[in-house]
Amino acid sequence: MELDFYQFSTTTVLLMLAAFYGGTYLLTLLIRKKDENTDAYMVANQRIGIGLASSSMTATWIWAASFYAAATSGYTYGVSGPLHYGFWGALMILFIYPFGQRFRKLAPRAHTLGELIHARHGSSSQLILAISNVLGSTISLMVNFTAAGALVAVLSPLSFQAGVIIAGIGVLAYTFWSGFRAAVFTDFIQLIALMAIAVVIIPAILFAMGGPTAFVTGLSNLSLEQQSFFSKTAFLEQGAPFFFAVLAYAVGNQTISQRLFAVDEKHIKSTFITATLGYGAIVIGLGMIGLLALTAGIEPMNGDTNNLIPQVVSTYLSPVMVALFFLLVISSLSSTADSDLCALSAIMMADVYGKNIAKNKPNPTRMLFIGRITMIVATALGIVFASFSLNILVMLVFVGALWGAIVFPVIASVFWNKVTNAAFTWSVAIAMLLFCLVRFELLPMVGLIAYIFEAISAVGAAVVIGLMAFAFFGLRLGIALGVLAGIAALYFNLGFMREYTVLLASLTAFGVSTLVCTVMSLMSKAPRFDFSTINERVQSYDH
Amino acid sequence: MDIKASLYSIYILMWPALSLGVLLYILRAVWRDAKEAKSQNKEVL
Repeated sequence: MELDFYQFSTTTVLLMLAAFYGGTYLLTLLIRKKDENTDAYMVANQRIGIGLASSSMTATWIWAASFYAAATSGYTYGVSGPLHYGFWGALMILFIYPFGQRFRKLAPRAHTLGELIHARHGSSSQLILAISNVLGSTISLMVNFTAAGALVAVLSPLSFQAGVIIAGIGVLAYTFWSGFRAAVFTDFIQLIALMAIAVVIIPAILFAMGGPTAFVTGLSNLSLEQQSFFSKTAFLEQGAPFFFAVLAYAVGNQTISQRLFAVDEKHIKSTFITATLGYGAIVIGLGMIGLLALTAGIEPMNGDTNNLIPQVVSTYLSPVMVALFFLLVISSLSSTADSDLCALSAIMMADVYGKNIAKNKPNPTRMLFIGRITMIVATALGIVFASFSLNILVMLVFVGALWGAIVFPVIASVFWNKVTNAAFTWSVAIAMLLFCLVRFELLPMVGLIAYIFEAISAVGAAVVIGLMAFAFFGLRLGIALGVLAGIAALYFNLGFMREYTVLLASLTAFGVSTLVCTVMSLMSKAPRFDFSTINERVQSYDH
Repeated sequence: MDIKASLYSIYILMWPALSLGVLLYILRAVWRDAKEAKSQNKEVL
């Protein structure tokens, strides 16, 4: 059956948006200071407590696409679908904290990961990180504004463009003056709303659709694989690509590293564990709506699975609950968009102006001005890109690959004193080149070529498992588990992985960057790096 | 309600329950941080 959307009047939607963005703006006045300083603007003076930090981390990591995609996964793959989206996404948050503790130890006063890499290697490595984040956060802004436009368009007579513009201006208005402090404070309020609504909506839908008995009856509509908690298709198509992206998104993304540098150092672990649980619970929970829709035999409108949650909410819940759902989506996309604005402004302030233009002698007032101008420009770009509904898939793939390629060089650079700037830069460049050859099928994946790339992808799998094990269990177990994973991956990959282009390309990026970085570092005759110098080179800009 | 329906109910409802737990934990943590900041005459953010 195909369900329709509930329709709010134009006035009602405008009032809800005005209440949300107006209320959020008024809340930021509580923490506003006439003279903000650059440390506060970028990392809230690096002493945020566990409650605000974990709520900000969770709210940032949940965007509208999170639960639309989780619901799509539930609808497509059945009972295991929401887990294969939310669980691996949650792990992204968990696996970064051991590395984050190392980042903070080396550069306690850093604002971006790029500053640390600049102190370790110099400009070229730092700018690779900066460029990947400028692209990543601009895309994220566009996606979030697009989600606002789409929601407004399906639930009211207002146009898509109106929704995009209101969301863009609303987010900018409350983030512009106080920067990261405003983002963290409003993330807390937005997450409270988001969680409270999710807690109510999920059981409400289950029981409105006939309760557990109707759900069990509806399971007969599912294929045997959809009924299984151990679906191979769900793992290979949804879980595995996400699993191997875990470290890439966690290490590369400035919205995460900004919070690593902002939280009180002694709370890093508890903050990220709390955020892991919060993210997993909300996203998997909302993904269950897709599973419920599948068992009820609901067809997504126009074949677009992003319509599933709005359709189900519109049909089975009261108008008040539909309004709450509307606020849930607006909260989730706004909390991510404000974090993207803060990430972009910090990169332009610290990485571009502070390290490369002012050469460590920046004017703090000019720096703040640059941060605020960046927010205005980024919002305008996000609105324009969203309004034109640009196809960003290629750019998204490119950014994901770039983050995959930098994982090993970044982590090796903060633990291993042999890694050089040339090893970092060339490893990323060569990994990107080979990634593109595989991902865009520029080489025929047959015969010897296919075997070579499958072997490299096995190295990539070994690196991912090895780094995850290293994060929690140290070097020896990291190497041991990495080697075991590599042998297992080699056994399974040869003759098989060529059919899974996306996964093969991602693992190639990991494998190649690791091989090139390691070989070049071992061959280098440069003196070993003294890590204690990083702390001297990464300082506050306000003194 | 049979056992199968009960187990699936738990599978679906455990996530909002966990969300509620995390929500309460975060609220308590923020409350404590705010109280501590006030006692030290500092700002929480």
